[in-house]
Amino acid sequence: MNWISNYVRPRINSIFSRREVPENLWTKCDSCGTMLFHRELSENLNVCTSCGHHMAITPRDRFRALFDGGVFAEVAVPEPVADPLQFRDQKKYPDRMKAAQKATGEKEAMLVAEGEIGRTAIVATAQDFSFMGGSMGMYVGNAIIAAAERAVERKRPLVLFSAAGGARMQEGILSLMQMPRTTVAVQMLKEAGLPYIVVLTNPTTGGVTASYAMLGDVQIAEPGALICFAGPRVIEQTIREKLPEGFQRAEYLLDHGMLDRVTPRTKMRDELITILRMLLREPPAVKGDLPAPEPAVLEPATPPGDTPEDGADKT
Amino acid sequence: MTHYLDFERPLAEIEGKAEELRAMARQNEEMDIEEEAAALDKKAATLLKDLYKDLTPWRKCQVARHPERPHCRDYINALFTEFTPLAGDRNFADDHAVMGGLARLDDRPVMVIGHEKGNDTKSRIAHNFGMARPEGYRKAIRLMQMADRFGLPVITLVDTPGAYPGKGAEERGQSEAIARSTEACLQMGVPLVSVIIGEGGSGGAVAFATANKVAMLQHSVYSVISPEGCASILWKDAEKMREAAEALRLTAQDLHKLGVIDRIIDEPLGGAHRAPEDTIARVGRTLTDMLSALDGKDRATLIAERRRKFLDMGSKGLAA
Ligand SMILES: [Zn+2]
Repeated sequence: MNWISNYVRPRINSIFSRREVPENLWTKCDSCGTMLFHRELSENLNVCTSCGHHMAITPRDRFRALFDGGVFAEVAVPEPVADPLQFRDQKKYPDRMKAAQKATGEKEAMLVAEGEIGRTAIVATAQDFSFMGGSMGMYVGNAIIAAAERAVERKRPLVLFSAAGGARMQEGILSLMQMPRTTVAVQMLKEAGLPYIVVLTNPTTGGVTASYAMLGDVQIAEPGALICFAGPRVIEQTIREKLPEGFQRAEYLLDHGMLDRVTPRTKMRDELITILRMLLREPPAVKGDLPAPEPAVLEPATPPGDTPEDGADKT
Repeated sequence: MTHYLDFERPLAEIEGKAEELRAMARQNEEMDIEEEAAALDKKAATLLKDLYKDLTPWRKCQVARHPERPHCRDYINALFTEFTPLAGDRNFADDHAVMGGLARLDDRPVMVIGHEKGNDTKSRIAHNFGMARPEGYRKAIRLMQMADRFGLPVITLVDTPGAYPGKGAEERGQSEAIARSTEACLQMGVPLVSVIIGEGGSGGAVAFATANKVAMLQHSVYSVISPEGCASILWKDAEKMREAAEALRLTAQDLHKLGVIDRIIDEPLGGAHRAPEDTIARVGRTLTDMLSALDGKDRATLIAERRRKFLDMGSKGLAA
């Protein structure tokens, strides 16, 4: 079988395909109540221009702002078995999935991409809280493994943006098994000597926090992000006392030694470039907006198990 | 006195009646009740068999949490010699929800680590009902890494409702501790075998059970969330725990089908608590078996096989 015909080229996204944002819609800030112009908010990466509150952002929008020229290639994620437990609660799991897919336009709760940031080639993966609460099931596990394997294959660092209410209950024990599975993925990066940077966003809780999201070489959080194992309500019920102000928020974790940094979303890209280039022992990068990289950077690598017929060097 | 579960109530009545008769006969020598009592015994035995023939997932949860079920300490006392507890995470505290130390299994030195729930009000509080804080996981990591340095196999006995949801536990990095413990399991260059003896509660269980071989007792459970927790989230009603237990596929039998565990250890009729010694002996034989199957494998193989096992997990689903 010809390997080319058997391989789907990754979709190339560009700034020109940016989703149409209605000009005259307003959004109310969840935190300060200010009415914000939709366009203005989206240009500020969904951070309130009045109080700095960080609202949710989709992986696709995040990547458009992260990668040079807004250009990235998606990394394919192996499809898991659908509804592996034949899970039924009040709704069927496949129906919940369909509803989430329709609402988000995405296939699942994680997007893996590669491209350049400040001319530094990276693999990035971001969790989508709007897709069933970003919950971690087989697909998210497969996505993280695919991201790590791609990073190792191409000798690139991995940047992971976490956002999840925890494990996906509809996959039962298999969602729990993503904790060891994703930990293996992190080990692959560490053994290959590649930086693994975790950016924790609101919220990151449960089994996600207790696995890949807490194992970064550098742990950065967005301001105000809720980051915890057990949620505040569960704790209040258990210990029957009121929790202190700001408990389990990014700044609180920073104070308690659980994070390296708390960095606003609008400064995140520059910070990632700075840190990564030092860890990679590269010279300082040019900061700011950069045009898209040369197409070669986004070329797909050899699919595993196949040999290119032209004998091209694909190490 | 036997502690009966709610679904065992009819059994409690029959066994109670038989006991009553015998007590009366002890006081009054002229009474001949033996025939009647024996009939009750027979009825009770049939009923017990019936009740346990096909336990629903929720009933299994109840059996797994039975207060008289043998706990970690019972296994360690009965199966191991020279058990030498080792305490503390060298950082903050010693967590009594986790016990561990050096011991010998069939004379062979090993490191044994497990959750201990306690068996009366006082000891349950002392052991925090088997719910570990970060110090518990960090102690386990320390012991696992010590075992790895000295080439000792690691045995973990899992029995926890989950990691403790407390203020201090969160402040001291509950998530990080669990993540590191799972990571430590995956890095062990020595055999790591695990038995889920009661409740395998979520991340708190995975942190110990990321092992080369995982066995479960017949009526133990292993789940991402408790049925009550799942019911209150998905059904918005904690009383729907029966439905949730069903949907979650948390029984040893389902987990074996899914390839999440390697073997099931049969329990005596009526559950582990009805014949603890027998149960413990069965677990002992399984531990010896699982360890000898890993004998002679080198560090790289043990690590690679463990990784592969978890990477491949879930690729087939329940239909397979
Ligand atoms: Zn605001």
